[in-house]
Amino acid sequence: MEITVTINGKSHTADVEPRTLLVQFIREQVGLTGTNIGCDTSSCGACSVHVDGEAAKSCTLLAVQADGCSITTIEGMAAADGTLHPMQQAFMENHGLQCGYCTPGMVMAATSLLAENPNPTEEEVRIGLEGNLCRCTGYHNIVQSVLACAKS
Amino acid sequence: MIPAAFDYVRASSAAEAIQLIGQYGDEAKFLAGGHSLVPAMKLRLAQPTVLVDIGRVSDLSYIRDGGDHIAIGALTRHMDVEKSPVLAEHVPLLAHAAGHVGDPQVRHRGTIGGSLAHADPASDLPATTLALGATYVAEGPNGTREIAAADFYQGYFTSALAPDEMLTEIRVPKMGGAGWSFQKFNRRAQDWAIVGVAAWQRGSECGVGLVNMASTPVLASSVATAVAGGASAADAAEAAAADADPQGDLNASVEYRVHLAKVLTRRALEAAAS
Repeated sequence: MEITVTINGKSHTADVEPRTLLVQFIREQVGLTGTNIGCDTSSCGACSVHVDGEAAKSCTLLAVQADGCSITTIEGMAAADGTLHPMQQAFMENHGLQCGYCTPGMVMAATSLLAENPNPTEEEVRIGLEGNLCRCTGYHNIVQSVLACAKS
Repeated sequence: MIPAAFDYVRASSAAEAIQLIGQYGDEAKFLAGGHSLVPAMKLRLAQPTVLVDIGRVSDLSYIRDGGDHIAIGALTRHMDVEKSPVLAEHVPLLAHAAGHVGDPQVRHRGTIGGSLAHADPASDLPATTLALGATYVAEGPNGTREIAAADFYQGYFTSALAPDEMLTEIRVPKMGGAGWSFQKFNRRAQDWAIVGVAAWQRGSECGVGLVNMASTPVLASSVATAVAGGASAADAAEAAAADADPQGDLNASVEYRVHLAKVLTRRALEAAAS
């Protein structure tokens, strides 16, 4: 089936099998590998992207469901000149990552969270990131990063 | 993990969806948000040969004041149920429970109708709407019919919907200021409940729904009878498992589930009454 999906502002038209997952389409057909596959069962959130501005798990969406949608991946967050998105900058400054595997999904989930709740409490950040797992940091610095970004 | 191959068709209206599902027969399934179905297909627990995508039937996403009830379109997303001012005012228990489904990413995509039609006894919204005395509206080739939530759930992942029927609307009675509580016990954030309790209470009248305490969501009628008879929350909660038939699994034994149901029901009744 032919679908057209806008990814990071650029339109992509491709023929996909209906069973193609959105994350596969992004990684394998479009070639943007910043979006990671972790658990592959919609638990870990590593594959989070924005679909029409809201975080979603791209391992649990079929590419055909995203037909006509506007997707933002981690590659679309920094400015064209390489200036990091404020959330990326906050993660860097607050040591919000160690191995980095969960980070793209964390950044996408956190920016979606702040779009819905620009001034969250620490508890609201922790609850708001319940769909994203990190196995390195114990979450403390991730939460501090999101709070720092909200303040900036 | 990739689902087994299937054919994909897209419906633009409920009528077209019903016509398509009738055309493809028993092996076809409706795809709404897909956040129960797609994981099941990836694990090969479900292997439909055709998906009829109803996710773009835009006129089934709404929350309307119906006088004595609130009418919710089946394709309304969990996040929209959670954030609805209308539900916050008239059915706060449902809005709150919707905020406990999965995680924000799941709630951005999953729909209330999809969750109810999936009929997973471990899901939050079947037991919650059951406790609230909701009525579901189903549309099929011969028109629409109303199904009481109490008659809807027939077994694990099995509902009263005919294969060619589609859930289109959920009607939830207004709570009229009743106290309420939603208790969900799980090991990790975003998990399904090991046991959950949705309860409301107005004086001696109450409704209590149990999550993951049988092959269907459970209406704890014995608790309501005890409360109506003047029992304390603690005494009424002793009857929490009387209408249930829990199974043991990796997370909890039967005895532990019964214990949890009693404790969570007591907490829910105490919170609802205060």
